[in-house]
Amino acid sequence: MESLTLTDGEQKYYSDLFVYCDTDNTKKVASNGRVLDLFRAAQLPSEVVLQITELCGATRLGHFGRSQFYIALKLIAVAQSGLPLRVESLNSVKDLPLPRFVVAKNEQEARHTAMYPDSENQGSYQGVIPRPPGRGQVKKLSAHEVIQPCVPTVEPQLQPDTTSPVVSPHQSPPTSPHWRKHKRQASGGNIERQPVVVAGAVWTPFREAQAGPVVSGDGMWSANSPPPVQESWVSLKDAHPPSSSTLPAIHCSPVQENSSIRTVASATTTNETQRHSSGGYDDPWKITDEQRQYYINQFKTIQPDLNGFIPGSAAKEFFTKSKLPILELSHIWELSDFDKDGALTLDEFCAAFHLVVARKNSYDLPEKLPESLMPKLIDLDDSAEVPDQAPDVGYSGSPVEVTPNKSPSMPSLNQTWPDLNQGNEQWETFSERSSSSQTLTQFDSNIAPADPDTAIVHPVPIRMTPSKIHMQEMELKRTGSDHTHPTSPLMANPPDLSEETKLATSMKFVTVNSGDGYSSSDSYTSDQDPITSVVTRQRSHSGTSPEGLKVVAAPPPPPPRPHASHSRSSSLDMNRSFAAVPTGPQLAGVVAYPPAVPPRPLPTQTSGPHSGHRSDEGLAAHSSTSPQQIPEQPNFADFSQFQAFAASDQPSDDGEKHPESLPVEKSSEGAGPLRTVKSDNQEERAAATVNSAKGSIMAPPPKPVRRRLKSEDELQEEALPLKSNVIATVLAAQPSIPRSVGKDKKAIQASIRRNKETNTVLARLNSELQQQLKDLLEERISLEVQLEQLRPFSHL
Amino acid sequence: MAVCIAVIAKENYPLYIRSVPVQNELKFHYTVHTTLDVVEEKISAVGKAMADQRELYLGLLYPTEDYKVYPSHMIKNMAVTNSKVKFVIVVDSSNTSLRDNEIRSMFRKLHNSFTDVMCNPFYNPGDTIQSKAFDSMVSAMMVQAS
Repeated sequence: MESLTLTDGEQKYYSDLFVYCDTDNTKKVASNGRVLDLFRAAQLPSEVVLQITELCGATRLGHFGRSQFYIALKLIAVAQSGLPLRVESLNSVKDLPLPRFVVAKNEQEARHTAMYPDSENQGSYQGVIPRPPGRGQVKKLSAHEVIQPCVPTVEPQLQPDTTSPVVSPHQSPPTSPHWRKHKRQASGGNIERQPVVVAGAVWTPFREAQAGPVVSGDGMWSANSPPPVQESWVSLKDAHPPSSSTLPAIHCSPVQENSSIRTVASATTTNETQRHSSGGYDDPWKITDEQRQYYINQFKTIQPDLNGFIPGSAAKEFFTKSKLPILELSHIWELSDFDKDGALTLDEFCAAFHLVVARKNSYDLPEKLPESLMPKLIDLDDSAEVPDQAPDVGYSGSPVEVTPNKSPSMPSLNQTWPDLNQGNEQWETFSERSSSSQTLTQFDSNIAPADPDTAIVHPVPIRMTPSKIHMQEMELKRTGSDHTHPTSPLMANPPDLSEETKLATSMKFVTVNSGDGYSSSDSYTSDQDPITSVVTRQRSHSGTSPEGLKVVAAPPPPPPRPHASHSRSSSLDMNRSFAAVPTGPQLAGVVAYPPAVPPRPLPTQTSGPHSGHRSDEGLAAHSSTSPQQIPEQPNFADFSQFQAFAASDQPSDDGEKHPESLPVEKSSEGAGPLRTVKSDNQEERAAATVNSAKGSIMAPPPKPVRRRLKSEDELQEEALPLKSNVIATVLAAQPSIPRSVGKDKKAIQASIRRNKETNTVLARLNSELQQQLKDLLEERISLEVQLEQLRPFSHL
Repeated sequence: MAVCIAVIAKENYPLYIRSVPVQNELKFHYTVHTTLDVVEEKISAVGKAMADQRELYLGLLYPTEDYKVYPSHMIKNMAVTNSKVKFVIVVDSSNTSLRDNEIRSMFRKLHNSFTDVMCNPFYNPGDTIQSKAFDSMVSAMMVQAS
């Protein structure tokens, strides 16, 4: 026939193919059946195949001689590259890619074993021709041993081509990145060959999967309906082409020695694989959606809850149906049971199923679980975090959940984290802690919903508790959450409180900046029930400060906490008070003040009427505020009512309470404003937990009241927090200034004096707050020290 | 430096034996076997105090002329049965074995890997351990030790 010149690569390739088709081992004639199968594998239209057959002369001869076969192959290559079939093209077309075939897997084994001797006999060649996909499919099982010895030989350039197919199937499953590496290494044709061969190898199993699994699937998965199996296989195949095409393309491109290896070939292979792709092994272990859906359905048959687990025994029965040897199943299990818990989550199950499918397709199992099969954390994370309410709770909860439950979050977390080991350790640590202090965990969960107030300052309370979990949460919060101040409750409080105050009040102390948070917190205390509010606050503060106390004989939530808690409650109270405020006619313009004014003034004010008890000691008031704050709170409630009618009845009561609470702070000074100012100061000092709201509420009204009724300073003082009074005073002073302008000098001087006094009061207040801040910081430090002491223990 | 690691089942048949110096195995097997007697002796001495899981690190059994044998007798009380699985590590005498902690950590790792193997539903207790992960872990231990 026509003379045919083949390149070395083509020569070898064709000869291999011929051998492949030479089932009768005649070395001269390729069996028609095989040839036709091969041509079919070329994925060309039938008429093209016919044409080729005719052109090569086989039709004439009635059989495929070697030359005809070669011609036919060349024509196939021509056809696959899209060129018109011409006899002349046989020799004219240069750089023709090798024809691509997808051969059934069943034949591969025989082929493969037959190939080895052939390939090894053949000499080395530079123009590495990637094994046609149909060839050199390595039967994992049988060829495994063959592969092993061949692998080392691959490296040297002189390796016969077949070694690469030997190696590739073994390597292909793992990852395409490997292929890429191979591709990058321009070192020897072998390596470059490998990727292509790998790709080829990949296709073959897929192709076979179509035939094999479908048949075996019915028997294998008795529980499953065959259609799904086939369907899954089909889907797998469909998914394959794109990946396979890309892979060979990529791998082929760097191969520059052999021009015949081109992406064209890979493209053709892609087409081929479209028909035969199996097991969507993109990469090649990726699971297609259809596959996954199929797996999920299978999962449901065993375990209806998609978030649940399949116990090992059930999984064993299920996978035993696949008729794989126990050893392999055991290996698959080792790979897929990522968290080593003896049960399979949905992702693990899908991975295991996928591996079984691969194995059924005579695909070697990887040594390590491919990334694409690793259980994904994202979904699991979402599901794991959903039950957790707050992020910090979530953080603390997940480690906790890890230990008691085999929660999906565990494997997911472990897997997705790049540093699995560390992640595991971390989680283990946490879980250890949490498991050891489960009661504390409960506390945490209780804290969140316990009190709406606490919700606002959620981070704070937890932090304050010396419990381990809180420490963990603190750490978690520090690392993961946006909460600030994981360490110092104080720090946390002020910002939160300040925010709250801002929300509640538009006005802050003019001069009080440092202790703003505290003062505002103090002013927040507005609980009707001071004790409970304090307790609540304490609870909210440390979340579990009571528990913390139980757990650790740490300093019980001392008064300082009440400050913060008070602040919180005060904020609530402020809301309430605000609600109440509008009712008061006098409160019209005062609303601005409320929260800003520390409740301290209130007690002092209330005690004002009982002036005898008052003392001007600002500092003293400070220290005594805390104990007094609690009793003061009810006063605030009264105060709010107070304002409504500015009744003098209650002041006495309040005064009684306040004097109790406020250590002889207030001094009954003459000038109402002065007294108010001072009382304000005192109140401020003492009002660490004083209901600022009340005070603030009172403040506004008192201000005007004060204005009008200097004689009623007492009442006003009682009704108003000192601070508010102070501010009111200040504000009042200002408006008074213009008034006094028009008046004689006395008024001016009086106003000046008042301003000075206000300044003094505010300065004192400032100093008091500063001191309060220091105290709180000290407390914080002590708590931190305790924390540190506790931590090492928790690590053990 | 572990030259041989063995896992002995309750019935005193080996579930897993791996030696580093390629194939002095018979000798190792013999050594390990002899240790079983010592182990049994020690166990019987303990008596009935097997209510909870405790890891008996029996420590150095005896230094042979070449090797020292460290058996660790793990007693697990699982529901009803007592699963007496013994881990034996043979180390080379030339390598100072003063790293008691290291030996303990090796046993811990062995135990963890063994647990993983047990968790595999496809593993039937009593079968030889064929887990590749277990193999790799043991190999790592032996390689690193020597």
